[in-house]
Amino acid sequence: MMNIAESPYALKMGFRAERDDEDRLVIAMPSGEDKVGRPGFIHGGALAGLLETIAYATLSEALGLEDRPSIKPINVTVSYMRGATESTTFARATIERLGRRVANIEAVAWQDDPAKPVAMAQLNVMLARS
Amino acid sequence: MERPSVFTPELDVPRFVRMITGHGHDRTVGLQYRAHGPGWCELELPYAAELATDAATGILASGPIFTMMDVATSISIWLKRQEFQPQATLDLRVDYLRPATPGRCVIGRGECYHITRSVAFVRGIAHDGDPEKPVAHVAGTYFFTAS
Repeated sequence: MMNIAESPYALKMGFRAERDDEDRLVIAMPSGEDKVGRPGFIHGGALAGLLETIAYATLSEALGLEDRPSIKPINVTVSYMRGATESTTFARATIERLGRRVANIEAVAWQDDPAKPVAMAQLNVMLARS
Repeated sequence: MERPSVFTPELDVPRFVRMITGHGHDRTVGLQYRAHGPGWCELELPYAAELATDAATGILASGPIFTMMDVATSISIWLKRQEFQPQATLDLRVDYLRPATPGRCVIGRGECYHITRSVAFVRGIAHDGDPEKPVAHVAGTYFFTAS
């Protein structure tokens, strides 16, 4: 569902896939006028798009190449903790549970310090195996 | 604290909304004014292939729909208060009932249904033509940053 190298939305947002020190997938979102909400701050919708994208990308990676169920979003709850200023935002995700039919994922976004998140998301995702 | 109120009876709300959505990320996703009333605002998100999550299916990414609902619910608070007050989103939950049909414009209606001194409670739906068959349902809270 979300291969960031092929997704038109991910391309438009300028998402870049990276790896952290623990070899975990991280997506970087560059800032720019195209991401601004209230003056001086990144739009909450752009942060939500980043959090959803890292969640789906992390889930796709965990499912591997053999197991390819279709991934359908059920819902997402985004909490905003700090104003995200106009600089690069990073995000990574943790799969809290990967079941046969449902996955529960938590995603977090930060700018300078991963210990000071700007936003977090909880996602429930349906896995449809044909 | 004295705050300038843009919500005079003469305020041209459609023009005010177009001014907001003409910049930044709102413009990136192409948000348009559609309608408004006391405590509610409707925006639309014209279909754009470049906002698809996957080029093969053409299904819109959820990010632009989330963005539209964030903006529509934000504006609904100002329309309910009849006052422009700085606010920050605390949380916003989106239930994805079904994918929006590729090629169709998505309409988002945000409503502010309750306000306290510090917090506004909002809800809304997004649909792609028939409000009885929504694509998404949202609920959220905003915090008045100046109070």
